[in-house]
Amino acid sequence: MTAIERPAPPVRDQDKTRTWVGKSIRRVEDPKFLRGRGGYIADLVRPGMLHAAVLRSPHAHARIVSIDTTAAAALEGVHAVITGAQAAELTAPLPDFGPDPAKHTWRCLAADKVRYVGEGVAVVVADSRYLAEDALALIDVEYEPLPAVVDPERALQAGAPLVHEALGTNLAYERSFDFGDVDGDFAAADVVVRDRLRWHRSGGQPLETVGAIADYDPSTGQLTAHTNSLSFTSYLFMVATTLKMPVNKLDIHPVPAGGSFGSKLFATKPLVLAAMCSQAVGRPVVYLEDRVDNISNCDHHGSDRVYEVELALMRDGTIRSLTIDTVDDYGAYIQFGVGHHGNALAQVTGPYTIGSVRYRVRAALTNKNQQGAYRGFGSEVNNWMLEQMVDKAARELGLDPVQIRRQNFIQPAQFPYFIPTGNVYDSGNYDAVLDEALELGEYDRWRAEQVRAREEGRYIGIGLITAQERSVFSATEFWFWFDEPGAPVTSMPESVTLGVDATGGITATLYSCAFWGNSPETMVAQLVAEEFDCEPQDVSILYHGSKGGLPATGPGGSRTTVMLAGAVEGASEKIKAKARRAASELLEADPDDLEWVGGGFQVKGVPEQRKSLADIAIMLHLFKHSFPEDMESGLEESQVFDHPYTTMPSADRKDLGVFYPFMGHACHIPVVEVDIETGQVSVLAYAAVHDCGTLVNPRSLSGHIVGGTAQGIGTALYEEYVYDDEGQLITSSFLDYSIPSAMEVPELRIGHVETPSPYTPHGIKGGGEGGRMMAPAALNVAVNDALAPLGVRVTELPMTPDRLRAAIRAAGAQQR
Amino acid sequence: MSDKHEISLTVNGREHTLVVEPRRLLVDVLREDLGLPGTHIGCEHGVCGTCTVLLDGASVRSCITLAVQADGRAVRTVEDLAHGPDLHPLQDEFWDKQGLQCGYCTPGMLMRAVEILEHTPDPTPEQVREQIASNLCRCTGYQYIVEAVVAAAPRLRGENAWDPTTPTEAKA
Repeated sequence: MTAIERPAPPVRDQDKTRTWVGKSIRRVEDPKFLRGRGGYIADLVRPGMLHAAVLRSPHAHARIVSIDTTAAAALEGVHAVITGAQAAELTAPLPDFGPDPAKHTWRCLAADKVRYVGEGVAVVVADSRYLAEDALALIDVEYEPLPAVVDPERALQAGAPLVHEALGTNLAYERSFDFGDVDGDFAAADVVVRDRLRWHRSGGQPLETVGAIADYDPSTGQLTAHTNSLSFTSYLFMVATTLKMPVNKLDIHPVPAGGSFGSKLFATKPLVLAAMCSQAVGRPVVYLEDRVDNISNCDHHGSDRVYEVELALMRDGTIRSLTIDTVDDYGAYIQFGVGHHGNALAQVTGPYTIGSVRYRVRAALTNKNQQGAYRGFGSEVNNWMLEQMVDKAARELGLDPVQIRRQNFIQPAQFPYFIPTGNVYDSGNYDAVLDEALELGEYDRWRAEQVRAREEGRYIGIGLITAQERSVFSATEFWFWFDEPGAPVTSMPESVTLGVDATGGITATLYSCAFWGNSPETMVAQLVAEEFDCEPQDVSILYHGSKGGLPATGPGGSRTTVMLAGAVEGASEKIKAKARRAASELLEADPDDLEWVGGGFQVKGVPEQRKSLADIAIMLHLFKHSFPEDMESGLEESQVFDHPYTTMPSADRKDLGVFYPFMGHACHIPVVEVDIETGQVSVLAYAAVHDCGTLVNPRSLSGHIVGGTAQGIGTALYEEYVYDDEGQLITSSFLDYSIPSAMEVPELRIGHVETPSPYTPHGIKGGGEGGRMMAPAALNVAVNDALAPLGVRVTELPMTPDRLRAAIRAAGAQQR
Repeated sequence: MSDKHEISLTVNGREHTLVVEPRRLLVDVLREDLGLPGTHIGCEHGVCGTCTVLLDGASVRSCITLAVQADGRAVRTVEDLAHGPDLHPLQDEFWDKQGLQCGYCTPGMLMRAVEILEHTPDPTPEQVREQIASNLCRCTGYQYIVEAVVAAAPRLRGENAWDPTTPTEAKA
């Protein structure tokens, strides 16, 4: 490893006496949603608003020969029809952070050829969505179908149809990284365990699709937008650039999102379409995806990987090294580059003391909807891969699956611990999590039950896994892939303004942040209440639009609570400093003789000499002349909180620096039964113990564990965007794309261990990606445990009944 | 379109007469024509249950129900549950148990829960789980929804009045 400087932030002395942080209060957001008054994008109506609908390609790969929009444009109630070729004149390409973006140009509508089923070719603006869709049916598109490439490995073979001719290949990115002495560690190892693993694509599929309302004012050139996409600061300049307009003429207002799970991160296309249409007709235009729009064209399908992996071990189970060779199917475009593998590299060695890693990644382009973000952003796939390998190693070496993990754990005294890639794990106590999970999951009882069941011819399996949940990313993971980043380490800030009104009421303003199912309002309300000894319900929360906003990044990579906590802490300190000085003037006492007690400042030892925050606030708002010249009226302060711990990669990329430092951990133990006649998997019991540092609202975090696990069950057993050999999407509705219902999700037993981060306010780590980080790995291990007596090992997700039956049949054939 | 139909329907106890295209969906009439945005649209295929409302007391998917099919009938939506500042017991318990995250499936889930508790006033958790399987939730994993519906049942039977002064504590 090349030595680089990794300046760590100061270690905090985590105060354990807290009033509100750590309490499962009712979420302050909920009453409006319970009443159906959430104010989602579909609920907003602007005067004179028109509706847009998009015509989508039925072909996976085809040249657009001609488009005739005459009949559509002539339909009564239609205001505009814009084809892809016209859109390419009106807008610039969409932002694409992949390598060589000019060679795989991505636009809001396809201009010359379509590259996947569902890609937009024209948009209609009409008085209503009904009329807009009527008009779509009148557009006549002549296509010249081209051969499609669907399988990622075939896409990389010579002679495969090219998704982007300008690129000259379907290989968008390739590089191999060595971290540590891989060859030496393999040479020293007793055994090498090998496997080929396949993870098919699933996605967030929130029940609400993506939408935007754009209102262009031709007299000022100002465009006002409302959208349920997330993370506005970078989104703002991405959208403005695409619209070829100055950033300061665009004002984006956040609207609550009916779920995201990653899939509403930078959803640029819907707003660009709405804005382009609004500019064309001079009226407000809403574009809201329908379900087929979203499934086929959301730009946020999840990872789609083939792995060849080798794990080098000693005979006693000590893991020495790991080599990973992965092909990832990015679909037709590559908006985030291979950042998903940066996520994987943040925790590539899991909770284990593995000394070296080789990581080869190839990004393949195919005729499918492109990859984006889905809860885990590719690191959950790494968790699955690593745990399948550890599980296989335990079987091949005849070791206990609990013991092999325990003996490789990083120990509490070893933190902060730098893994071979250069990322740091701030803290952890993996044995404590494992111990609690074994007890909560009644591991020993289920092992006995498993033996009994096998005697009855039943196939019960126990899936123990231990894995990481990295939190609070730094953007280096998006550019350390290249030798010439042209960028220093990024700060990825989050900001909060706290205002105390004349009566002492507190309003917290959030930037680049929207409600999306997590609880930013509850988190901030609890954190503010902790600082100011008020009730969380009494804190008012404001979501600021992009115009006039402070620097901020927005949600993603389980960062929001940690970053908002830092911003609240900083703004609170400033408020209290000013309030202390004001109180000292009012009490005629030295500021240093005052102490903050129960929501006000009082003279130490003289509690009757006291000014509450409300006493101080009204004086500062209305009676400024009671204070020295240099004190301004009012009581409002902001804090821009920058990423507290991130460092540069080394020039040779043998050390990627610190980019995902606050490391959560979990142990999941599902118990499954496989019906070997039908391939049906039933979950009999499920225990999950998570450690993401100090909890702010335990109930809320538990909700993410259960909800994420439900999504992980979908990924493991049911959900897949299936494209046939011609590239036709055959799961284009929820009839075919199977989301788990209440009958597929078991009741979880949930445990929490709290190992505070030494580097964050209150010791909080991110936990929002919850159970989806762990559940696919755990269920795969459980199914393999159930089927081990048959000699069956499943290496492909989702483990649908037909895949399981095929594996069982194949094993049976071998035995005969 | 020329062949519009006049329909009358009672929504949350209030009668409305409208003229609609035969293809117009009930959910669009509720949301756009009657100004009741609480009923949401999820999959538009009748699969996810997000758009669930009660039609003459029985749950239907308003995204695949034509407005003309509601002619002469009574519709009940989430807007009918709370009375002024007072939430319905199911809403209270969803709040208390954190039976929602993004809130998008919540109105449909609540209307389905109303129906479940009318038919099964004293359900077991297993009965609730099986019956809410009609509706998808992408956030919660259903566990706290089941808890909320079970907790609301005695209150709807007139027992165990909710004490708003008792704060929720960590139950997980």
